[in-house]
Amino acid sequence: MIAQLLARGLIAGLVAGLLAFGIARVFGEPQVNLAIAFEEASEAAAPHEHAHDHDHVAGAQETEGQSAAPAGHSHGEEALVSRDTQAGLGLFVGVMVYATAVGGLFALAFAFCYGRVGALSARPLAALLALGAFIAFCVVPAIKYPPNPPAVGVGETIAWRTELHFILLFFTLVLIGLAAWLRGRLAASLGGWNAGIVAVAALVVAIGIVTALLPAVNEVPDDFSATLLWRFRMTAMGIQLGLWSVIGLVFGALAAPVVGERRRAAARAVFG
Amino acid sequence: MTDAAYSTGALPAIEPVSIPLKALLPWAIFAGLVFVLAIYFVGVEEGALSLISGTSVHEFVHDGRHLLGFPCH
Ligand SMILES: [Zn+2]
Repeated sequence: MIAQLLARGLIAGLVAGLLAFGIARVFGEPQVNLAIAFEEASEAAAPHEHAHDHDHVAGAQETEGQSAAPAGHSHGEEALVSRDTQAGLGLFVGVMVYATAVGGLFALAFAFCYGRVGALSARPLAALLALGAFIAFCVVPAIKYPPNPPAVGVGETIAWRTELHFILLFFTLVLIGLAAWLRGRLAASLGGWNAGIVAVAALVVAIGIVTALLPAVNEVPDDFSATLLWRFRMTAMGIQLGLWSVIGLVFGALAAPVVGERRRAAARAVFG
Repeated sequence: MTDAAYSTGALPAIEPVSIPLKALLPWAIFAGLVFVLAIYFVGVEEGALSLISGTSVHEFVHDGRHLLGFPCH
């Protein structure tokens, strides 16, 4: 049964990946290209001063010769991979690999939660898990460490920023798990609905504390277009929204027969 | 209102049966590792950490990395 669920998770991920790629290609690439144009223009204007006016709290010290990109990272003519490949095949492969992998992880999470999160049947459980994943992978990061286009971000702080990104993700996932557990504990005394309200309120407070404690990162150049930044981030959120909606809904439909819910539905059709 | 309300039907809802952890664990470990590694290559490789020398993986998945919200640059 686990292998079957896993295969369906990968399928749901592939389907979701196609939609995510479509959004990224149509709405994301124009923003990426504008950001790269900004990056190249400001590098040409001030090759060694670009990105010096960021103001992150801790982390990288101002080093000489700092540029917006880590060593060897370039987008222009001298780039290792052409822009066409980055925006086409590279984007496709990256998004598809990511979507398929999160689809697989989603199936594992579903396999663990099924029968353990109240009496939720496959479809609502998958939808709820996808909502949780969307909050953990998109909403909470968007509050604290939002997605950035090229030209935003200092190469020297990449390790620190990556660390923070995954620390926040880890805490969010743990807290969502704890909130689900809390809801289960309270359901008997408060009833399912009220227990859910208490659990979600506790989750919001806990995530608020975690995001307040983690250091802030602001590496947006002063002269970077606010409109471009906004559009890029909205697109990135749209990609995640599409991705998790499709994974949750497609996986739920595919998983229901695997866990034996088809027979119940068929019986209902006969007797109901 | 309880969770059972989600699975209302003409027949009384059948409790979903959980998958034993013993059966789940090996899958979670081995498949989970493969998936995490795949996400790592899209999101992190040749950025904060590097398993393969050079920057070709980073450059190839570069746009996806930005648009999927991973830290880059
Ligand atoms: Zn980049």
